[in-house]
Amino acid sequence: MSPFGTGALGRVVRSGVGRRRVQTVVIAVATMMAVAAAVIAGSLIVVSNAPFDHAFAKQHGPHVTAQFDPAKVSAAQLEATKRLAGVTASAGPYPSTTISPVDSEGGHPPALSLVGRSGPHGDVDDLDLQSGRWATKPGEVVLSASFKSPLLEVGSTLKTSDATDSPTLKVVGFAVSAGQTADAWATPGQVGALASKDTPVTRQMLYRFDSAGTKAQISADREKLIAAVSSGALLGTQSYLDTKRAADTGAAATIPFMVAFGVLGIVMSVIIISSLISGAVGTSLRRIGILKAIGFTPREVVRAYVAQALIPAGAGIALGVVLGNVLAVPLLEDTEQVYGTASLTVAWWVDVVVPAVALLVVGLAALVPALRAGRLRTVEAIAIGRAPRTGRGQWAHRAAGRLPLPRAVTYGLASPFAHPVRTAAMLLAVAFGTVAATFAVGLTSSLNAVGSASDPEDRAAVTAVVGGPTVPGGAGGGVRHMNPAAGSDSPPSADPAKVRAAIEAQAGTASYYGMAKDDVTVAGISGSVQATLYQGDSRPGSYEMISGHWITGAGQVVVPTGFLDRTATKIGDKVRVTLGKDTQTLKIVGEAFDTSNDGLSIHADLADFAGAKPQVFQIEVKPGVSPAAYAEKLHAVVEPMGGDVIANSPSQQEGMIIVLDAIAVLLTLMLVSVAGLGVLNSVVLDTRERVHDLGVCKALGMSPRQTVSLVLASVAGIGVLGGLIGVPLGFALHGFVLPVMGHAAGTNLPPSILDVYDAPQLVLLGLAGVAIAVLGALLPAGWAAKARTATALRTE
Amino acid sequence: MTHVIELAGVAKRYDSAGASALGPLDLSVAQGEALAVTGPSGSGKSTLLNLVAGLDKPTEGAVTVAGQRIDQLSEHALARFRRDRIGMVFQFFNLLDDLTVVDNIQLPAQLAGTPRRKAAARADELMELLGMTKHARAYPGRLSGGERQRVAVARALVNRPALLLADEPTGALDTASGHDVRELLMELHRGGQTLVLVTHDMALAEACASRAIQLVDGHLSLDTRAEAVR
Repeated sequence: MSPFGTGALGRVVRSGVGRRRVQTVVIAVATMMAVAAAVIAGSLIVVSNAPFDHAFAKQHGPHVTAQFDPAKVSAAQLEATKRLAGVTASAGPYPSTTISPVDSEGGHPPALSLVGRSGPHGDVDDLDLQSGRWATKPGEVVLSASFKSPLLEVGSTLKTSDATDSPTLKVVGFAVSAGQTADAWATPGQVGALASKDTPVTRQMLYRFDSAGTKAQISADREKLIAAVSSGALLGTQSYLDTKRAADTGAAATIPFMVAFGVLGIVMSVIIISSLISGAVGTSLRRIGILKAIGFTPREVVRAYVAQALIPAGAGIALGVVLGNVLAVPLLEDTEQVYGTASLTVAWWVDVVVPAVALLVVGLAALVPALRAGRLRTVEAIAIGRAPRTGRGQWAHRAAGRLPLPRAVTYGLASPFAHPVRTAAMLLAVAFGTVAATFAVGLTSSLNAVGSASDPEDRAAVTAVVGGPTVPGGAGGGVRHMNPAAGSDSPPSADPAKVRAAIEAQAGTASYYGMAKDDVTVAGISGSVQATLYQGDSRPGSYEMISGHWITGAGQVVVPTGFLDRTATKIGDKVRVTLGKDTQTLKIVGEAFDTSNDGLSIHADLADFAGAKPQVFQIEVKPGVSPAAYAEKLHAVVEPMGGDVIANSPSQQEGMIIVLDAIAVLLTLMLVSVAGLGVLNSVVLDTRERVHDLGVCKALGMSPRQTVSLVLASVAGIGVLGGLIGVPLGFALHGFVLPVMGHAAGTNLPPSILDVYDAPQLVLLGLAGVAIAVLGALLPAGWAAKARTATALRTE
Repeated sequence: MTHVIELAGVAKRYDSAGASALGPLDLSVAQGEALAVTGPSGSGKSTLLNLVAGLDKPTEGAVTVAGQRIDQLSEHALARFRRDRIGMVFQFFNLLDDLTVVDNIQLPAQLAGTPRRKAAARADELMELLGMTKHARAYPGRLSGGERQRVAVARALVNRPALLLADEPTGALDTASGHDVRELLMELHRGGQTLVLVTHDMALAEACASRAIQLVDGHLSLDTRAEAVR
């Protein structure tokens, strides 16, 4: 039975809903889209709120991950550590070792810490098995989800070393450890079998402490462990605070983006829903008058009209929650990749709060005009729609009539002024849609610019690898040779001078520069700093400059924002840099956009360090020369010297950039659709109200095309104004959010990332407002053009 | 004799299974003739008017107005036909409340693409003729019923239509205003305007029409010439 009974009230509600099918469907669809957008937006805001903390708490992550030497600690002693004062939970001991895997393509992924566990669950570090299953027998391995790639999926195999007789492990699953306790897991027996003299088995213990909120507390907890076992038994510990800091830095950059889109989605949903419902009730005043005339009480009228709004809106809300959840799943999976945390789902309370708030908004939006209708005198209500309208918008018709445009267009242009509230709601919808589109275009351009600005050395067409350490006896730096020649077990090492001579002699060489990477020490910074040293004209490999300029010779250094912050220096200051036995004082000449190594890196001239030699040469080839063919020829010369040459393929965008791009595009499409539906609803209401006037115009000779022009013109002005408001707001939002994202990632941003809009693009985005408005109005414009004139003339 | 309206075997059914709302009907109206269409409610008067105005299409038969077979025209061509050949006056005036008197009168001319100055001149001429000049900038809501109907007549005449259709033009007016409108229509007829009046008002029919037909259940039951009408 209907909640409004089977009596007169129920019948009025049902007939009201059924009679205006188009409006009912539009309300349901628009509400559905708005609620879906709000569910997604709310979910993104929720997951971007301290993602590490939530995932860590959910998994009961370990505050301290400890590695013990089994030769120096007994099982009983390890058991005893579980009962130490302050330990609230623990897991282990798990056997642990390190493997240097080789993938099926012969590539060398980084060394993996492998832990033996019989299952993913436990009181501490309750792993989230994302895909596949747990390793149950020898020869199987579960990898951290961060390694998942097209080359490494469930079913892929890994050899445990370069040795020809090394065991092969089959990847059976991917898991997430919020505390990052290991890179891979296998059965305990398998770990023992893979251990060697170089990579002995250790015992991993995981602890949670009652006080572990600060670095000092973690240190104190660590001291308890050291004191509990014999000297040297504790090989090392990992604090969750360090893991959290790294995770938060990565996630922090995305939070302003998620919040910006989330707030846009929610605000827009509220505007659209309230304008939809209040408009729908407001157009029914005459019917309300008739109901009162035949004996309905004001309260019954109010109930009837609130119910008429709630039925389609309720259906839309229910469908919107379902759609929002369906669409949120892939987005949250992507977000999970960005945050590197355990599985994220739509928070249950988002599914409760969003529909509850939507119902409240619908109820209030319907109640206000329904109460007005209930209070309206019966005669007045009946007269509405029959009596001539006076006042509102007449001045606009006078003014528009003077414009040198076709009459149908000028008539349409003046129409919005007859309903200022409805027009304002439509304007807000279009403006928000334009803000979303402008912000999304800027954001994706900026993210793509970030992708292009990263790793500029990868831009070179060909790389000749010399190999060896930067300085004799040095650390060897970070230039990894990922594709060593087949059968080669050691990295290449050649005489850089000979390789350079070969490059110069090679036909097709346009330009080249030498490059070396190594760890240096910088006065004022504890620990090492990654240095990239250049030989020759390194401008083709220069980083995007935030301020200052790229190195032009010896004695200069370019540093990222993180370096300047850490050392409290600025451009023009000098820093002392030590590489091996060479110490140089270099002048900071530029601030570069370089986010590698947590901002602790420098770029300087190789000539500053007498003993340094290039490890690679980055080569540009002349126009028309195939990099692959060039590389092949140069390889033939360089290989006998002990070097190697590879042609670089265009670098792919980072996963996070692709994910954020996808989220921005999907959310923008949704918000623009919601805006379009808002316009559609308003224009449906408007054409319904004006159907008689349109009938008159058609009887006087207005053609279908002129009718369409009239209806479209009635929203075109709103579209233009929405664009004029929305584009600057979207521009400003981009200008606000991007630097916040940058600061969260620990860097300032260069102009190439911030100044992504150009004038034609902004004009086009401004036209997006017109496009949203016109697309939203196209359907009702068609209906108005097709409406039978004779019927329209009979309509009151 | 040139016929402005020719209906040949015209019938209109709103429901394919239901009875015919009009016809089959054959009817011709000569140029300069003033035809009054009378009959009880539901007799098919408004249906006939809608078919002649091109607002509706017959289920069968041919409707030719001002030499143009209009039952086969597209919506776009019908709109052009109406603006060029037809002027319409309605019982409830159907003026656009947002527009001033002069804007209402100019509207059909502007829709037809008449140059702005020419449309304004024609509107001024009609307002002068109908005594509405002083109300040119007023809005319809501020006018009396008779004044509104004068504006409606002026609007109907702005494109110099071959045919003026009036649907109960005095039906919503008081006696004095009704008399004014009757005088106006008589004046137009005397000036050679072809006129079709749908009316219950026999006094109007007698005063203005040179010919009257009566419809009963969609069929022609009476067709009388001027002398008989009077």
